[in-house]
Amino acid sequence: MTIAVRNIAKYFGSFCAVDNVSFNVEKGELVALLGPSGSGKSTILRIIAGLETPDRGEVFITGRNVTELTAQQRKVGFVFQHYALFKHMTVEKNIAFGLEIQKRPRQEIAAKVSELINLVRLQGYEKHYPSQLSGGQRQRVALARTLATEPAVLLLDEPFGALDMKVRQNLAAWLKELHDKLHITSVFVTHDQSEAIEISDKIVIINRGRVEQMGDAHDVYEHPGSKFVASFIGQVNVIDASILDNRIMIKDTRHSIDNISDIPNGNDIVLLIRPEDITLEEKSGERCLPCVIKQIHYRGSFYELDLDIGGFIIKALENKNSFKREQWKQNQQAFMHVKHYKVFETEEGHNIIREQLRQLGYIE
Amino acid sequence: MTENILPRPKMRSGDALLRSASFGYIGLLIILPITVMIVRSLQGGLTALWADITLPQALFSLRLTIVTAFIMVLINIVTGTATAWVLVRYSFPGKQVMDALIDLPFAMPTIVAGIMLVALYGPRSVIGSFLQGHNIEVMFNTPGIILALLFVTFPFVVRAVQPVLIELDQDMEEAAKTLGASSATIFFRIVLPSLMPSILTGAALSFSRALGEFGSIIMVAGNIPFRTQVASVYIYGEIESYNPQGALGLSVVLLFFSFAILLLLNFIQYWNRRHEN
Repeated sequence: MTIAVRNIAKYFGSFCAVDNVSFNVEKGELVALLGPSGSGKSTILRIIAGLETPDRGEVFITGRNVTELTAQQRKVGFVFQHYALFKHMTVEKNIAFGLEIQKRPRQEIAAKVSELINLVRLQGYEKHYPSQLSGGQRQRVALARTLATEPAVLLLDEPFGALDMKVRQNLAAWLKELHDKLHITSVFVTHDQSEAIEISDKIVIINRGRVEQMGDAHDVYEHPGSKFVASFIGQVNVIDASILDNRIMIKDTRHSIDNISDIPNGNDIVLLIRPEDITLEEKSGERCLPCVIKQIHYRGSFYELDLDIGGFIIKALENKNSFKREQWKQNQQAFMHVKHYKVFETEEGHNIIREQLRQLGYIE
Repeated sequence: MTENILPRPKMRSGDALLRSASFGYIGLLIILPITVMIVRSLQGGLTALWADITLPQALFSLRLTIVTAFIMVLINIVTGTATAWVLVRYSFPGKQVMDALIDLPFAMPTIVAGIMLVALYGPRSVIGSFLQGHNIEVMFNTPGIILALLFVTFPFVVRAVQPVLIELDQDMEEAAKTLGASSATIFFRIVLPSLMPSILTGAALSFSRALGEFGSIIMVAGNIPFRTQVASVYIYGEIESYNPQGALGLSVVLLFFSFAILLLLNFIQYWNRRHEN
């Protein structure tokens, strides 16, 4: 019930899709493979399932080397982004398929199917065809079909990627609940940071076919190991700055945000500040920058603020309960207090970082 | 529903003209000749028509046509699906050429197809004399008719299946694979049901094409009553021997088959759409 991936590599022509990736999934864990599209995370999942053959490396499931086994022999459950339901079969036929392949007795199949129908809450839909179901229902059928054969591990490839926001959130929460109930060792691929943080025990961040960082969600969020991780794991403000007289100066302004001693004067750096680490203040203080309020958007449980610091817009998030909305007006002068920030030295030049962030769509 | 709520846009005179013209054209081109043929075939009354159709020679030609067409369809279903599969799922040098060659039987006059087959399998050819030496008669016999039909109808199943196979969601096959299904199970339980409507469409089209095939069959099988005379050749013979009434009888029967196939095709298309999104 464990998965171990050892130094796997996969090339498509000369393009290296997966580059020497290794990680472990412990028994009963729910692990997210998180990365931008094209990062190779789906290919890794397909290699574990036996749907792709790695050019190098090995895959172990429950301690057994399965690298040479076919997908049929590996007994893993795989859930596809676009459901991959058998269109010409009813819901119950879809769920029964894997059991029929195993030539289980008819009564056992019927019992198992109705148990799974209950589990995925699709009572009354037994005789429906996939085309008669909504996206969320289809994905639940796909999950039931996969669980029917009691796979050793469950692999989910962007399972909620084709669903709209609301259904996605419900289904993600439900999957988490289901996992807590069944304790089946699971790996799911996603490009959605919040989804990964919300439901996984452990996050493996994949970038350009490599593992950038792994750890539990809190760890990865609070202690990003690289600029990429920091920018990818949550929405983040990227600010150019430089060191002058042991102070961090915001580029193109006369404002300093903090003192610093471990970076030589004259160096260019990049500051990463999470929107939720910024609060709006009336008076200046430590780690404060003067700003002008450009926009205040109401977002339900929080307010999203656009703050101008010398022609540069910074995003801030304020909790609905603690933020005094009536106190602030558009174009008002104020100070932004920065609780936490992260400094990245730009020895490789911030063009590289900027390019990375641009590709991810975090900046324009 | 919306049609009832929204006011129906007024039809302009140009639209009305175009519509009547196309109705008129279809009427003149298709409906009128069919009506005239049916009316003329009934001139001598139903009994006479029935007598014309049930003449032993007419019945034999009809049966031969249907049996050979049916055997051809069975072979076409297998070879056509296999060819489409190879063209879609494999890549190999010369694939484009092979793909282009498939349409050749459509582009070629069928009488030329007949001549080619005679040249290849005829008694004076290498293959023909070899087969004759082993007592296998292809020319002027039933196998020749089937061979000719296979040639002229080959593209139907291939061209019906190919686009569906291209569009076929391979996730379904991968899902079946991870559920433990063997390649054969995947083909018969997952792929084939999805291809079935297009296979049947191709089969129905090639069957109806075979019912009327004349040029290649007359070259390959000749006109031997109770042996190689198919319905279309029989009809031609009746006209040649100044018996238009006999020709009309079998023509009506062939027409009936065409209608039946048309209906079947519509049903297949309806059936095909029942699981679509």
